[in-house]
Amino acid sequence: MAQPQNGVSAEDVKKIARLSRLHVEEDRLAPIAEDLNGILAWIEQLGEVDVEGVEPMTSAVDMAAPMRTDKVTDGGKRDEILKNAPKADDGFFVVPRSVE
Amino acid sequence: MSDLTKMTLSGALDGMAKGDFSSEELTKAHIDACMDGADLNAFITTTFEQAIEGAKASDARRASGTVGKLEGAPLAIKDLFCTEGVKTTAGSKILGDFTPTYESTVTANMKADGMVMLGKLNLDEFAMGSSNETSAFGPVINPWRNDVDLVPGGSSGGSASAVAADLCLGATATDTGGSIRQPASLTGTVGIKPTYGRCSRWGTVAFASSLDQAGPIAKTVKDSAILLESMAGYDPKDSTSINADVPDWVGACGQSVKGLRIGIPKEYQIDGMPADIQALWDQGIEWMKAAGAEIVPISLPHTKYALPAYYVVAPAEASSNLARYDGMRYGLRVDGKDLADTYERTRTEGFGDEVRRRIMIGTYVLSAGYYDAYYLRAQKVRTRIVQDFENAWETCDAILTPTAPSAAFAVGRKVSDPVQMYLNDIFTVTTNLAGLPGISVPAGLDKSGLPLGLQIIGRAMDEATVFKAASALEDAAGFTAKPEAWWK
Amino acid sequence: MFIAPRIADKKDWITTDTGDWEIIIGLEVHAQVASESKLFSGSATDYGSAPNTQVSLVDAGMPGMLPVVNEFCIEQAVKTGFGLNAKINLFSRFDRKNYFYVDLPQGYQISQFEFPVVGEGEIEILPIDADGNVGEPVNVGIERLHLEQDAGKSVHDLSPDETYVDLNRCGVALMEIVSKPDMRSPEEASAYVEKLRGIVRALGTCDGDMEKGNLRADVNVSVRRPGGELGTRCEIKNVNSMRFIRQAINYEARRHIDILEAGGEIDQETRLFDSVKGETRTMRSKEDAHDYRYFPDPDLLPIKLEQSFVDRIKSELPEMPDVRKARFMADYGLPEYDARILTSDKVKADFYETVAKGRDPKIASNWTMVELFGALNKAGVELEDSPVSADALGGLIDRILDDTISGKIAKGVFEKMFAGEGTADGIIERDGLKQVTDMGAIEAMVDKAIADNAAQAEKAKENPKLLGFFVGQVMKASQGKANPQAVNEILRKKLGL
Ligand SMILES: [Mg+2]
Ligand SMILES: [Zn+2]
Repeated sequence: MAQPQNGVSAEDVKKIARLSRLHVEEDRLAPIAEDLNGILAWIEQLGEVDVEGVEPMTSAVDMAAPMRTDKVTDGGKRDEILKNAPKADDGFFVVPRSVE
Repeated sequence: MSDLTKMTLSGALDGMAKGDFSSEELTKAHIDACMDGADLNAFITTTFEQAIEGAKASDARRASGTVGKLEGAPLAIKDLFCTEGVKTTAGSKILGDFTPTYESTVTANMKADGMVMLGKLNLDEFAMGSSNETSAFGPVINPWRNDVDLVPGGSSGGSASAVAADLCLGATATDTGGSIRQPASLTGTVGIKPTYGRCSRWGTVAFASSLDQAGPIAKTVKDSAILLESMAGYDPKDSTSINADVPDWVGACGQSVKGLRIGIPKEYQIDGMPADIQALWDQGIEWMKAAGAEIVPISLPHTKYALPAYYVVAPAEASSNLARYDGMRYGLRVDGKDLADTYERTRTEGFGDEVRRRIMIGTYVLSAGYYDAYYLRAQKVRTRIVQDFENAWETCDAILTPTAPSAAFAVGRKVSDPVQMYLNDIFTVTTNLAGLPGISVPAGLDKSGLPLGLQIIGRAMDEATVFKAASALEDAAGFTAKPEAWWK
Repeated sequence: MFIAPRIADKKDWITTDTGDWEIIIGLEVHAQVASESKLFSGSATDYGSAPNTQVSLVDAGMPGMLPVVNEFCIEQAVKTGFGLNAKINLFSRFDRKNYFYVDLPQGYQISQFEFPVVGEGEIEILPIDADGNVGEPVNVGIERLHLEQDAGKSVHDLSPDETYVDLNRCGVALMEIVSKPDMRSPEEASAYVEKLRGIVRALGTCDGDMEKGNLRADVNVSVRRPGGELGTRCEIKNVNSMRFIRQAINYEARRHIDILEAGGEIDQETRLFDSVKGETRTMRSKEDAHDYRYFPDPDLLPIKLEQSFVDRIKSELPEMPDVRKARFMADYGLPEYDARILTSDKVKADFYETVAKGRDPKIASNWTMVELFGALNKAGVELEDSPVSADALGGLIDRILDDTISGKIAKGVFEKMFAGEGTADGIIERDGLKQVTDMGAIEAMVDKAIADNAAQAEKAKENPKLLGFFVGQVMKASQGKANPQAVNEILRKKLGL
């Protein structure tokens, strides 16, 4: 690639898992690192492509964002919003405490 | 009465129009077939009672003179489309008993056109897979067999299997890297992914937003045109929806391909291509020539980079799109000792291996220090792939390729290297990256008697040419083989 | 390393045993766009509604939901960009900022990272110290203005071991205005926020209500030896009053100096301001380093503005505070101080112009600034809720100018107006306060005052300074209603002055 990759370490897997809010057991860190490195090594062939001066493509449609007018057209459906909640009370979503 | 489930969608719509049978009769016949076909595991949720009610209501509408485009047709929906009041799972445990209070635009369009919904079809978890084995609800079995149980392809494996086994007259599907066309190829059905932006993504569970596109799996090219005409259309709720009228695609089917320039990309001749597939492709070229088309050799030089680019872009977008499944507002929640633990338990137990793997790849390629080398570079390669097609359209009007590099393979086939599995999408993924329409048409059987498809790729917004070429191919191939109904 | 060029005024240096320090301050101000509906959904933005009643499926991050941009919000950002004398970017884009939080339903915030809608700009501020002394004007650079979604609200006091989440605010459009690290004192920082507030209110793009959190500041503070290398900065989140901004900066700068002088190092971190204790403290330490993994939101397309759209917004801009201030000085002949105070806020300036219309501008400014603002301040009432309207105050001034009442009587009338007792005319009529201008009556009162105080009258003829005593006597006799000018004239004549 543009700069040589040193590969994903077990420590990297830990970090990635944490950012993704996924739990990985200690003894799985290294095998997962190996697994990801296999895929990434295959991806590295992208380094062969000459992308000098090429614009990145962020969307498959070549147009500007359509816009809506500033009108209230939604909301007022609390029951619908809370209908599938694992826990709700008094009109709120109830979740594990987010501060100590 | 002959077996109503053997009919095409088009034939069934005609039959109801002529009064040969009612939607109720047609629906009941398909419900029976679905029950017989339970072993295929094509459905996650069935809605038979609502379907019968819906069929009766459709018959009443027809009697009063209101006849929609899909009036009374029993169809099934990939369980990635949110359906009001019907559990929607995306093939994952993480959605729990999530029951949408809303209807996806695509299924709402079909309901407005008179569809009768039989249920929700199995798929790879969050549409991530090429064999339908990553579903939390078990693998789907291909009605085509070869001593052992075979996969129907993925991710729209439930859709493909259900249509191939005549459990429904047609089904919705979605295609992010080949998930409509590859299973169509593996099951002897027709599947089209239209131009990105033709079908609204509103209300469809997202995998990779810049690549996801809905389309139908059907028994014939014409049936797929009927279904797509209903599914497609501008939707102001989706910012990437294209504001254009839906053309008469059914009318395009059967039109002459005389003078149509068909491109044959040399880069699709990959190492290790099975001889049967190469032979079928050569045969397809001859058929198109015989039908009056002009064959043009073309080059799409960046083809080999499409799949690795896809495996950067799609996981990156997925890692972000799947962040909302956190157990806080809907779906599964696995209580932990605190908030952080609840997040991790929920997502670790809720997502399967392949989804977790892709989330981690996506997180990695977007993370500080790697963004430019992976994500940005992949987006630039994507531009290169688009340029390849732009160049090709100078000399051709449509492109003919194989759909998939293999026929259906055994369920549970041990694949230690995930990249081997990813290679299933090698011929289909380029059109997702470029946003182009692509269709798979069943064209023949391999030497073990399993179906193989050929793909037609068209210019953006030019599905009409795709349908025209696909129906010429269909006519020439005369593919009538059906799997033996071993599951009944 | 980037060296912030301007060195603080010596008066703003903090001097300790080890020498002098200066404070370097940059601000990120979040200003809520005054829109009816949210940035990407059609739900309402009203303040204080019942929980989760202003939430759409999009705001709640339901599966398959997609954002669509609110054009009005883009327009307000462009307008504000003009107010900041900034570059308007015809191409901008929305990116996703990925992180998990209970009040962030999508698992990412849609913001603008690489291509903000507004680029660099600059505004001039006038720092004012605690004693009201006005310092030299300071130019503060604007780095950028971008649009982003607000998050929901977490409530922690409804259950001991759970958090209650209300998504009403989730998805409301915010303009994040990022300054350059161009401020050097707490006073400059609060003057900057005051100025921004004046600008967005003049433009109508944000109501500037800091109490409701509609305008809030993240304050970046570091210290350095005057002119030296920049120190490590800390970010103090969501400070929501001018006073707190100054307190937080003072506290934080001291904290940095104490650590550095003890030989320690500053950890770059995010801190909270505790307004009760007047301290900043570290936010719950997160074991994970943030990595927001910004990337272009694939559900949205780039914002491409037409030059004509931008030109139209520019042509429709209202008068900006600086321009208005200059006009107040030129057209009304107001001193700089009056013009500055009156134009610091659009509501004030509009009020004043209504009062001044067809009246003496200086008298109008005195009555507006001294009497009315003073009374409002004392009563803790906002100008928007003033019991005396601009027209009513004008009506009172009219009675002074046409000699119906004296200025002194007018103050009493004003108090009654402020207490809600009616219009100036009504109160003057009701209380019989009309000035006595009947020369005969005044002459009689003068004669009586001279007769009653014959000895003083003799002295007054020698010493005109005693004239005031007689004026007082007559005014007292008339209960303040005698025209003071007439009283003066007649007295002078009678005493032969
Ligand atoms: Mg910020
Ligand atoms: Zn912000």
